[in-house]
Amino acid sequence: MLEQLEGSQAVAHSIAMCRPEVIAAYPISPQTHIVEALSDKVRTGELQPCEYLMVESEFAAMSACIGASAAGARAYTATASQGLLYMAEALYNASGLGLPIVMTLANRAIGAPINIWNDHSDSMSQRDSGWIQLYAETNQEALDLHIQAFRLAEELSVPVMVCMDGFILTHAYEQVDMPTPEQVDDYLPPFEPQQMLDPSAPLTIGAMVGPEAFTEVKYLMHAKQVAALDAIPAIADDFEQAFGRSSGGLIRSYRAEDAETIVVALGSVLGTIEDVVDELREQGVKIGAVAIKCFRPYPLEEVRDALAGAERIVVIEKAFAVGAGGIVGQNVRLALSGLESRVYDVVAGLGGRPITKKSLRALFADALGDRLESGRLHFLDLKRDVVERELERMQGGGRHGPHAENIIRDLGIVGAEPH
Amino acid sequence: MRWARTALASTQVFQVRIHGRGGQGVVTAAELLSVAAFVEGRNAQAFPTFGSERTGAPVVSFCRIDDKPIRVREPISEPDALIVQDPTLLHQVDLFAGLGSDGYILINSERSFGQLGLADFIKGFRRERLLTVPATALAIEHVGRPLPNGVMLGGFAALSGLVSVESVAGALRERFPGKLGVANVAAVEAAYEYVLDEMGRLAHA
Repeated sequence: MLEQLEGSQAVAHSIAMCRPEVIAAYPISPQTHIVEALSDKVRTGELQPCEYLMVESEFAAMSACIGASAAGARAYTATASQGLLYMAEALYNASGLGLPIVMTLANRAIGAPINIWNDHSDSMSQRDSGWIQLYAETNQEALDLHIQAFRLAEELSVPVMVCMDGFILTHAYEQVDMPTPEQVDDYLPPFEPQQMLDPSAPLTIGAMVGPEAFTEVKYLMHAKQVAALDAIPAIADDFEQAFGRSSGGLIRSYRAEDAETIVVALGSVLGTIEDVVDELREQGVKIGAVAIKCFRPYPLEEVRDALAGAERIVVIEKAFAVGAGGIVGQNVRLALSGLESRVYDVVAGLGGRPITKKSLRALFADALGDRLESGRLHFLDLKRDVVERELERMQGGGRHGPHAENIIRDLGIVGAEPH
Repeated sequence: MRWARTALASTQVFQVRIHGRGGQGVVTAAELLSVAAFVEGRNAQAFPTFGSERTGAPVVSFCRIDDKPIRVREPISEPDALIVQDPTLLHQVDLFAGLGSDGYILINSERSFGQLGLADFIKGFRRERLLTVPATALAIEHVGRPLPNGVMLGGFAALSGLVSVESVAGALRERFPGKLGVANVAAVEAAYEYVLDEMGRLAHA
């Protein structure tokens, strides 16, 4: 049924229909309305049987999910930003133990400087934690991906992180097609754990493993993630059959078949990009877009196939590797090894800076005019004067003070007067 | 006569920007407007500016309405209409930034544009699209609380014809079940009638 809902509420409904048996979350800001809504559903009995644990930290949230999952319960949590970092150690435990936990990550920046707004620094910081990472473009897709995520996680016994842009999706009201609980039940079978703590058949999960076997256990983690490259499209196809709409998968191409220039991105910015692609197509420019919907495991062959025909690839990403360059860009380059195409890494939307059509038009014009330097990291809408002023201040030597405070004072932002 | 039924049946996206202060339900207003449009079978997207949501701080929210699916996610910098829930923002925020000369403005005030010091500013605009409505007073009268957000939408339905007053009322009833919803709907209808009267008066001026 079509409904006009906030993204977080839509996802909460979707999670409830997946019948999690344990939800553990820490209600600090930044938390999402998702767990707030779910705690209500548990309290009112709308979602049962389900144990809602209000834990004392994100580390505890993930640890509780690990315990619940190991005991054979379908377990769920949600977090964002610093919260993800705080559970980092437990993330590796969940993946290393092969526990099929599903987590929503409402993507937000990581401090310092303190910032609560959207970018992908949080998920990218944990891209190699052994979790599958799926990126939603719309609230519909976020809702759908969670249903797929439980199935994927439990089929392979791996944890899955569904990334949805904080604020931009989580706080946006838009139309979603809400499935019925019966549809979800038909699609998502009850959780049958591949390993389980059971007093009637005692075993240990989480043994210490020395040099004689550690590599082999890690190899199997890798092998399962690689297997997910087959499982994800199959699960997405099944989803389309069952629900009548396409959601998820590894990548999605938009007007890219004959494109000389292809824009690559993750998440909700694809919509804005596609609007600009359409404008340029009307002007006869051969441009298209490719959404990477699953970043871990990395669908190298699919990315290569989708991009192989293009001369220029513009990668727009909401995080970067400080001192190294683009993260998605590096992965795209890896997929294109041996090909002649030029890849431009563009960082955009950091800490909630809007990615506008106007800025994208200018960026694509520069790319099409070959005015961008390949191999250099570009920052969309960078305020160069602000940066240069601070660099000058640094050249004076001595105690020039903190960058963040200097810059917000330069920009005249209230509350930033020097002490 | 429905003055409000102006030419909004275009295929272009219609973009509304709502200004107010933290605590006035600015975000809720955009959400309710999106629900009203959704009920009418259109695509709608509502979202807030994101920030530290302090009571009294300037807050902006956005609503896009279109017949096509809405893909763009940027904030609205060139609105077709502005709803200003708090006239004291006139001195603090560049409220009218990006509004075209055929844009709509609805300000919550018991005073006219001239009395608000906007006589010169509005010269470049289509006069019949600029109105004030005493939304806070209507809210106090009907709801008993100085919350202008839903009331403004009743006025906006009249001014723009973008959504019907029935759809706005429906969205409010769904969001605020029971007595609160009924009271809000009464305030919305009062604002709708007020704005229709004002439009009639302007048309015959």
